[in-house]
Amino acid sequence: MGMKEKLHQIKEKYKGKKMAPAFNAIHTFLYMPNETTHSGSHVRAADDLKRTMNTVIMALVPCLLFGIFNAGYQHYSAINGFPSEFSLMEHFITWDNFWLGAITVLPIVVVSYGVGLAIEFLFAVIKGHEVEEGYLVTGMLVPLIVPVDTPLWMLAVAVAFGVVIGKEVFGGTGMNILNPALTIRAFLFFAYPTWMSGDKVWVHGAKDGLTQAGSTDAISGETVLGYLAQGNTEFTYSLSDMFYGFIPGSVGETSTLLILLGGLFLIFSKIASWRIMLSAVIGSLAMGLIFNGIVAAEWIPEYSKFYGLMSFEYWQHLLVGGLAFGIVFMATDPVTGSQTNRGKWIYGFLIGFMSVMIRVFNPGYPEGVFLAILLMNVFAPTIDHYVVRGNIKRRMKRLKTATIHPKVTDGVEALKTETV
Amino acid sequence: MSKDIRIKKGLNINLIGAAEQTTSKAVLSNVYALNLDDFHGITPKMLVKQGAEVKAGEPIFFNKNREDMLFVSPVSGELVEIVRGARRKILTLKILADKTQEYVTHKTVDVEKSDAESIRSFLLQSGGWPFIKQRPYDIIANPEATPKAIFISGYTTAPLAADANYVLNGKEAELQAAITALSKLTPGKVHVSVGSGSNSPLEKLDGITLHKVSGPHPAGLVGTQINKIDPINKGEVAWTITPQDLVILGELFLTGKFNAERTIALGGSIVKAPKYYTTKIGAEISTFLYASGVNEDKFRLINGDVLTGSKTHPEGYLGFYNNTVTAIPEGDDYEFFGWNKPIFNKISSTRALTFSWMQPNKKYDLDTNTNGEHRAFVVTGRYEDVFPLDIYPLQLLKACMVKDLDEMEQLGLYEVAPEDFSLTEFICISKQPHQQIIREGLDLLHQEIG
Repeated sequence: MGMKEKLHQIKEKYKGKKMAPAFNAIHTFLYMPNETTHSGSHVRAADDLKRTMNTVIMALVPCLLFGIFNAGYQHYSAINGFPSEFSLMEHFITWDNFWLGAITVLPIVVVSYGVGLAIEFLFAVIKGHEVEEGYLVTGMLVPLIVPVDTPLWMLAVAVAFGVVIGKEVFGGTGMNILNPALTIRAFLFFAYPTWMSGDKVWVHGAKDGLTQAGSTDAISGETVLGYLAQGNTEFTYSLSDMFYGFIPGSVGETSTLLILLGGLFLIFSKIASWRIMLSAVIGSLAMGLIFNGIVAAEWIPEYSKFYGLMSFEYWQHLLVGGLAFGIVFMATDPVTGSQTNRGKWIYGFLIGFMSVMIRVFNPGYPEGVFLAILLMNVFAPTIDHYVVRGNIKRRMKRLKTATIHPKVTDGVEALKTETV
Repeated sequence: MSKDIRIKKGLNINLIGAAEQTTSKAVLSNVYALNLDDFHGITPKMLVKQGAEVKAGEPIFFNKNREDMLFVSPVSGELVEIVRGARRKILTLKILADKTQEYVTHKTVDVEKSDAESIRSFLLQSGGWPFIKQRPYDIIANPEATPKAIFISGYTTAPLAADANYVLNGKEAELQAAITALSKLTPGKVHVSVGSGSNSPLEKLDGITLHKVSGPHPAGLVGTQINKIDPINKGEVAWTITPQDLVILGELFLTGKFNAERTIALGGSIVKAPKYYTTKIGAEISTFLYASGVNEDKFRLINGDVLTGSKTHPEGYLGFYNNTVTAIPEGDDYEFFGWNKPIFNKISSTRALTFSWMQPNKKYDLDTNTNGEHRAFVVTGRYEDVFPLDIYPLQLLKACMVKDLDEMEQLGLYEVAPEDFSLTEFICISKQPHQQIIREGLDLLHQEIG
């Protein structure tokens, strides 16, 4: 008897029992279920929610791998100095970088999935519904948007908070109002600000590794944005470093190139909304241009604390920080984002616009994308409401024109006389 | 003069086993049956008792809420069985057919000269009325209402469905009679749609407004065409009727006989030699199924097309409104890692490691597996790609699910029938039962608002 038959027998045996959802989750992970249609469309398209979520994870894997190498690269470079002539194979894709990155990043992944899925299973068993796939993507997003040295217990607490308060209390996948991954990130940011912001968290070892490294200098783990926020305008990193991602930052969001490729893959596979992505890019460029204009018009003095970020070339906002990552992987969350196509344009634009605005004006932590997306998550239903109203209005207008249509009224008269 | 309607949104589902355009005569069925589920929302009151002899066209039951709306027997014979379900609800009426058929003969109607009232009462009395359906609510038309227009779709886009052009060939006289009669019942127009570039017998009829439609499924659905031609507003009623049923009505007007004969397409990958058969409404499906070479034990037999039909079995009977019978494989098997491995043999509207977009003309052998489990609505913006109506499908479905009557009304539930949601149901990643949701929404709205 093969595994297929064995699992089928167990499934039949435990049907309707308390643990059935937990077993089914594992079963359907291995085998697509033998469920058939009963009415309505007797044939169904090939993709389900698992495949959709899996496609997003595939788009995220390059970012994760890059983040692992970059964790090591940033750490060793901070201690030993950056290589003067950078070579990808010599300085970046090395066993040392990988090993260090793996032992710092992979535990985050394990904790994220472990805690999150445990809660999902628990809720599924208690509520007696199937384990839904939403957490597959959330669990992958979380490790990519936190600083490398995030203590695992903090992460565990945050994941528990995010999954329970951000999602399960609303009824689970598909019902939540806020993006769960961003809820987790926001929880970390507000609960443990010293571990999540400032200049000492973005490079592995920057917080407490100074003594071990035996260096007299503190490791400078600043992000480009943090550096600009201090009023600097000179760059420490080249444009190509920013684009390829050889800069400090949250684990998976530094490489604009890989995020771009992931985004293109999601657009091509029709899994994520290109409307949101495109309009968010336009929105961020618009806000960046406005700030550049303010600087060019000399409306703010050079000693202003906003000068550095405001004078930052508008399109380069997309290369640094979490903006690109947020636009591609988090703004496009179909559950918490706008659901109408027209709404998606507005929703995306405002996310881009707000992200750059918050990024510049945020006094504590020079980043804004996660706050902007959470804010727009809250407004997405309102945007949809007005878009749908537009459709309803059109229908009402049609009704008005139809009732005064001369032919119809004539016809009714004619019919009346005919039937008399 | 015709108007062109070009539909861009949609999806053609190409399946193996399209019926070849040759027609055979199906073996005569011993028993013919009327499935009462076909008449949605009708409460039947029997006119004849079990064991009674009936003629073809003789009324056997009527609509409890409307006593002059009669439903007639498709054949002459003995009413051998009244199959009842829970609370004695009548499910099926079975008639053992006579060897030689006897017909009830009505006085023929001169459709040119008759007025609306006489046509209406003729249709109600002769059993022709149930073929006319109405929107809103997608039910048998209310004879008292005045439809603002009548819509007839002669364009077939549903997978493996009987090709209207082929089936209607040579029926011009009947079609013309029916159209002329029906046009008396509306002050508006009779809109007839045909495929652009096709040579449809419907094109040459008088008294119609012709539309040439092109585009993928659901361009052929009458709901799509109504939305593009003259959408239904609150308080308005439109009638729809399928062209194959026009033929039966036409014959009724011309000869006074209810001839339930119908040309049906038998298709699907299970069928060895898929082709057309002439048979009658209510015939046993086995009378033509096995003749086409079906030798599998387990398969899905569908009264209708794969997107909108109802489940049946070889001992089942041809539905009242159906002119397509489809047989496809059952998909009740597990597939190892079926949710993430590349897929080449199924249709998808995404490109998430599915490759049907690479070969748009390839024919597929789809089975009844849902390819995933039921989930809450998660992914958005996908339905809109295959839903050409000016309606927000997801929002309307959700309004129906939460029974928000105001929203249902405002978002356009009056305009749709469940079949309009067959394609969104097909591509639904969350595997939600769209047609059922819409049906329940329509029933609720009908009950509450009327």
